[in-house]
Amino acid sequence: MMAGFILIAVAAFFFPGVILRTKSIASGRKGPGIFQPWRDIAVLFKKGSVFSDTSGLIFRIGPSVTLATVTGAMLLVPFAEQKAVLSFEGDFILFAYLLALGKFFTIIAALDTGSSFEGMGASREALFSMLVEPAFFILIATFAMFTGYTSFSVIFNHFFITGNDYVLIYSIIGAYLLVQIAMIENSRLPVDDPKTHLELTMIHEVMILDHSGFDKALIHIGTYLKFAIYGSLIYNLVVPAGWNVILQTGLFFAVQALFAVVIGFTESFRARNKMNKNPKFILTLSSIALIAFMVILILTEKLA
Amino acid sequence: MFGSTAFLVILALSLLVFAVPGWLKYYFTLGLLMAGIVLTTSWAAGLLAGSGLTEEFPLFTAASGTGMVLVIDRLSAFFVLVINITVLIGLLYARGYLEPYRARMNALRFSIHYFSYLWLWLSMLMVVMVRDGLSFLIVWEIMALSSFFLVIFDAEERSIMKTGISYLIQMHVGMFFILVAFLLVQQDTGRMSFDALGEYFSRHRNLPLFLLFFAGFGIKAGFIPLHTWLPEAHPAAPSHVSGVMSGVMIKMGIYGIARVLTSMQSDLVATGVIILAVSLFSGVMGVMMAIVQHDLKRLLAYHSIENIGIIGIGLGLGVIGQANGNNALALLGYAGGLLHVLNHSLFKSLLFFNAGSVYHAAHTRNMELTGGLMKRMPWTAILFLTGSLAICGLPPFNGFISEYLIYMGMFGSLSGASLSHSILIVGSIAALSLIGGLAIFCFTKAFGIVFLGEPRSEQADHAREVSRSMIIPQLFTAALILFIGLGSPFVVKPVFDLVARTWNIGSQQLVTGAYTANLAQISLAGGIFVVTLAALLFYRRYHLSRRVVDTGPTWGCGYTAVTPKQQYTATSFAYNYNHIAKPVLQTRKDIDEIGEDEIFPHGRKFLSHSDDLFKRNLVDRPADWVSGLLKRIAVMQTGQIRHYILYAFVFMLLVLLLAMLKII
Repeated sequence: MMAGFILIAVAAFFFPGVILRTKSIASGRKGPGIFQPWRDIAVLFKKGSVFSDTSGLIFRIGPSVTLATVTGAMLLVPFAEQKAVLSFEGDFILFAYLLALGKFFTIIAALDTGSSFEGMGASREALFSMLVEPAFFILIATFAMFTGYTSFSVIFNHFFITGNDYVLIYSIIGAYLLVQIAMIENSRLPVDDPKTHLELTMIHEVMILDHSGFDKALIHIGTYLKFAIYGSLIYNLVVPAGWNVILQTGLFFAVQALFAVVIGFTESFRARNKMNKNPKFILTLSSIALIAFMVILILTEKLA
Repeated sequence: MFGSTAFLVILALSLLVFAVPGWLKYYFTLGLLMAGIVLTTSWAAGLLAGSGLTEEFPLFTAASGTGMVLVIDRLSAFFVLVINITVLIGLLYARGYLEPYRARMNALRFSIHYFSYLWLWLSMLMVVMVRDGLSFLIVWEIMALSSFFLVIFDAEERSIMKTGISYLIQMHVGMFFILVAFLLVQQDTGRMSFDALGEYFSRHRNLPLFLLFFAGFGIKAGFIPLHTWLPEAHPAAPSHVSGVMSGVMIKMGIYGIARVLTSMQSDLVATGVIILAVSLFSGVMGVMMAIVQHDLKRLLAYHSIENIGIIGIGLGLGVIGQANGNNALALLGYAGGLLHVLNHSLFKSLLFFNAGSVYHAAHTRNMELTGGLMKRMPWTAILFLTGSLAICGLPPFNGFISEYLIYMGMFGSLSGASLSHSILIVGSIAALSLIGGLAIFCFTKAFGIVFLGEPRSEQADHAREVSRSMIIPQLFTAALILFIGLGSPFVVKPVFDLVARTWNIGSQQLVTGAYTANLAQISLAGGIFVVTLAALLFYRRYHLSRRVVDTGPTWGCGYTAVTPKQQYTATSFAYNYNHIAKPVLQTRKDIDEIGEDEIFPHGRKFLSHSDDLFKRNLVDRPADWVSGLLKRIAVMQTGQIRHYILYAFVFMLLVLLLAMLKII
């Protein structure tokens, strides 16, 4: 039961470090060690906090709410044949809406500071996360149609045994979409660049400008966990359930590491989109999801 | 018999509002309302708990043998409960809200107001309990009239009166459709009643009559493009009235549609698809138009359209499920739709009450003039946040439960579905998730701009929390919202039961069992979330108590002379969005550009405004055209008697001529 939950937590421990290492290697720098992100978090935990005079309750509870939603979402993700801690029909709806709840609080916490920069970031993040929502739902609907089930655990368990030879196609399209969705949800390239240092061009970073100490640490932990959550969803899509447990665990970390390396390379070799190109980029994902849907219609011979 | 008599006594006593002294009016109204609520709630609860199908309460019988009979079945009982909750909380809230009006307005105005409020409530109760067509049209008309008087309560401003009149006209257009539909039934079956619909439907094509009813009830419910009255009337009305109108009155349209659906027998696929299509369109367009509003109550009004859309999606899916013999889809669709009726009545009335509190405290509904109200009105802010989270369908609040049921109806029906069904459902899923995303955009804006940051005007700076008598009733609504969100199995089970019996859907036990288990898991997840959050916040408090905590100005990128004017506004928050949504929304900007030869530009005004496309093209344009035409005809009206004599002469000549030619 708890396997998925624990593995995600463990993966989150290495994930940001792997991205960081990939980026330093790709850019030919020596770079920090693999645990640097968590060392930074330890430092943040030691620090005190500074709050803006303008901000109030929402600013203070925001990061905690967001982290609580992420841990809630973690409970819903299965691992291989093992069911998630909470598994029921339609658990992915709760999954998506829990993450949305976290986003809601991130946005209003940014607005609580009364800063025009943070307002700008909030507006952008709200817009982009709204546009990405349909892609996720179309993707899951496609899976539900394909397997005939409506719960993460059961969908993934039946993904490779539905007796369809083309399963790899869905698995690849699904994995591609989930990578892109994860990048947008976590505000990485090509939609947002976490390393940009001009407030005007930031999205997520500018929203959390005013957070410090404990709260800032929670925000970072939430982001790392979210990466690992999407990583494990991708893992469930590409590796059939029901293999040997040790092999599964090994593959799990391999997929997570690969995912992190992909992110690292993308961020090393790609520039961020122009801000007003972002909506188009994000809507493209929904179109790709629709293509996946059409492909399944054709393959299941509903559409001749 | 006691029930009918008691109800008649309440109807009669309502007239006494005019007679009791001014200070007593409110309490008299409240007392009467309470009595009625106890009475009708006991009817509804008795029926829902028992096994009987209907119960009758004859009010009076006319000489011809017809009369007015209240018939309560499960569907009515459900709506009776929805009406009673919101109307009661609305009146409790009204005591504080009406306080500032007391000095300005005389006792008669208040009597009319209370009387109309009582009759709006009574007429809504009767609308859901009357079966006979004629009686139905009468109470439907009373509902329109009483709400009209409630809307124009504050009619010192001409614009409110104008809105009121326009509302009244549009309500009658709706009534006309219902009347025609009933007349068709009357002509065919000899009876003018909801009970005769089954007979009519068994003999004729179902779709045309349904479309007539759908148009009539759809105007009340506010489906796009029949919604044009809604964003005008809700902001004009006092807030407790807007809460009741948006929370329950527009649901009378939904009730009507649901009632007609219970009798339908054929054309179900087409009906379902039409309802679904209109609802999806209303849902997406409603929230898209909501985002660009500056007026808080207008924004909420557009959101009502969105939520009516979600309810309609549920009903449409229910019909499609029935048509395909997919019991699970039918149950989940109808149950999700009906539960959303209850949920929306709770959170939307709560949000309107809060908007009223903001208006009460800051004297403006314009979001650009508010800001920082959370520090000044903490209770109102938390209540508004609760409502916002619920309306966005976020867990662990009630909106999530109904949206979950609707989603599950869709996802569950996908396996083994036909091609057309798959496309329809996946399209609906995409649209519903987009609605969810847009709602989050809209309410982060509404809550963030109004309650967070720094006040953008003097009046917002001076705002103070509203009185306790306005807060406490709202806490009750918020508690219900949380209860449905966290204890959903208790609420969903009776709703399933109601749906199964109302629409005769089988295999109800199976679905109910499965979904009670699923919802129990959701409750568990909600519980875990709340506990995790509490633990985190508790630890955070302990953690910070041992660290240095300081305060300072917000980071301004090195700029230190920040003023509240530089904050993001509602318009700037929606700017990016506006850019994408331009083709649909047609935002107008009024500004005269600075000319090249203008070395020292003079002061300028900038105005941005987004029109309601449907209102402009469907109501304003035709109305302008007709009045333009009439104006042209008005040249005949010279005011000179000899011209009129000439007209009469020409007319008589014409009649003579036509008669001679044997044309008439």
